[in-house]
Amino acid sequence: MNKAMAVILLHVLFSGSVFAAEVNQFIRIEGGDFRSVIPVDESNNLATVSDFYLQQSPVTNAEFLRFVLYRPEWQRERAPGIFADDQYLSAWAGPISLGQDALPDQPVTRVSWFAANAYCKSENGRLPTWYEWEFVAAANEKRSDARDSDAWQRQIISWYSTVGGGPLSSVRARPANYHNVYDAHGLVWEWVDDFTGLLVSGDNREQGGADQLQFCGAGAITMEEKENYAVLMRVAMLSSLEARFTTRNLGFRCARSMEPNQ
Amino acid sequence: MKLSVAFLRSAIAAMAASAVVGIVSAQLPAKDPIPTNSVYQLDVLLENENGDSIELDLFYGNPVLVTMFYTSCPHVCPLLINTIKVMEAKLSAEERARLRVLAISVDPERDTPEALKKTMQLHAVDRDRWTMVRSKPADLRTIAGMFGVRYKKLPDGEFNHSSKIILLDGKGISIAETSKLGKSDPAFLAAIQTALE
Repeated sequence: MNKAMAVILLHVLFSGSVFAAEVNQFIRIEGGDFRSVIPVDESNNLATVSDFYLQQSPVTNAEFLRFVLYRPEWQRERAPGIFADDQYLSAWAGPISLGQDALPDQPVTRVSWFAANAYCKSENGRLPTWYEWEFVAAANEKRSDARDSDAWQRQIISWYSTVGGGPLSSVRARPANYHNVYDAHGLVWEWVDDFTGLLVSGDNREQGGADQLQFCGAGAITMEEKENYAVLMRVAMLSSLEARFTTRNLGFRCARSMEPNQ
Repeated sequence: MKLSVAFLRSAIAAMAASAVVGIVSAQLPAKDPIPTNSVYQLDVLLENENGDSIELDLFYGNPVLVTMFYTSCPHVCPLLINTIKVMEAKLSAEERARLRVLAISVDPERDTPEALKKTMQLHAVDRDRWTMVRSKPADLRTIAGMFGVRYKKLPDGEFNHSSKIILLDGKGISIAETSKLGKSDPAFLAAIQTALE
């Protein structure tokens, strides 16, 4: 009984802080064709992204806390090892409390792909696909595709070189990009739905092709746009993960299709 | 969570099959708790080659070889199936009788129960111990993620995917895997035999 009361009290307290912050809305992203770093097939890298909805910022600790309060099977003491490694939510003070190392407005990290996927389902959504994420992340504040800007590339790469140090800032500490999306770069890495398909070759169906690629890394990638180093680093990082892994710089945000999800 | 749903389902099935509703639940055999590193933690419904709805843990209690494939795959998938058959042939009849095989499609849109059944007939696999299944498309990345299988759909409708065979113990814990195809991998075969002891 006391425990139930505590849960309700916590829920009220943290819901309060969530409402005080801006709501992490799903905003409509107008799709289009764009050159991806991942080839669509052996002869071209022109990917087509349909219109979709994307959350404006990465999911925060406060938002994820609300999730585990009504989905207790995703609390860190209960989530089975097959779905989340032993560092899952380890920055939190307790299974249902955040503490000093996990502030409400910081992006939630140390979440597995399975946990992120379950969260997005609970939001009637899904994780964005790689192409959707890449499309949105190609924008700077002014242009939908700023990847030809050296200054912008340098800015992103300088972040990649510092990632891993110091505490994470709050979400939305920097200006939104052209799509009105925050923190596509500069805060955390983000899970995508199809991260396990990223480095699977587009042209080799013979035995061992896919598996060799898993381990041969960049040397075996038939990737396009090699100058787009920052995004390639992200591909390499995501490709090295298993769905149960968690890291201190890896978070997520959710997407929704224009048609209702299955 | 998973247990209670499975329990409920069995209970309902048992109730439907029995006129004596009152004593049914007491007679159901209790399953041990599922280990936290078992793939049977995943509560997911699959459709087999007969069009029946089954659970991932349908072979609970037996060692299982799991692979992911698709039926229209020209090269690797027939090789995956053949590799399993080659290893089965190296087992004794008693060992073979305890082994189960679960092949999960990465192409649920095209791999209908009819296509799955045809593939099983084509390869003349033992239908008492083998099953070929598809999932809901929305569940596929989760299932593949659990087995560490990477796949990508190609624009021409084909798939590239990790070609591997995974050995689960009776409780659904992955204890060995191999990517050596076309022949029997001695270390993997030894792991199968140990699991069958």
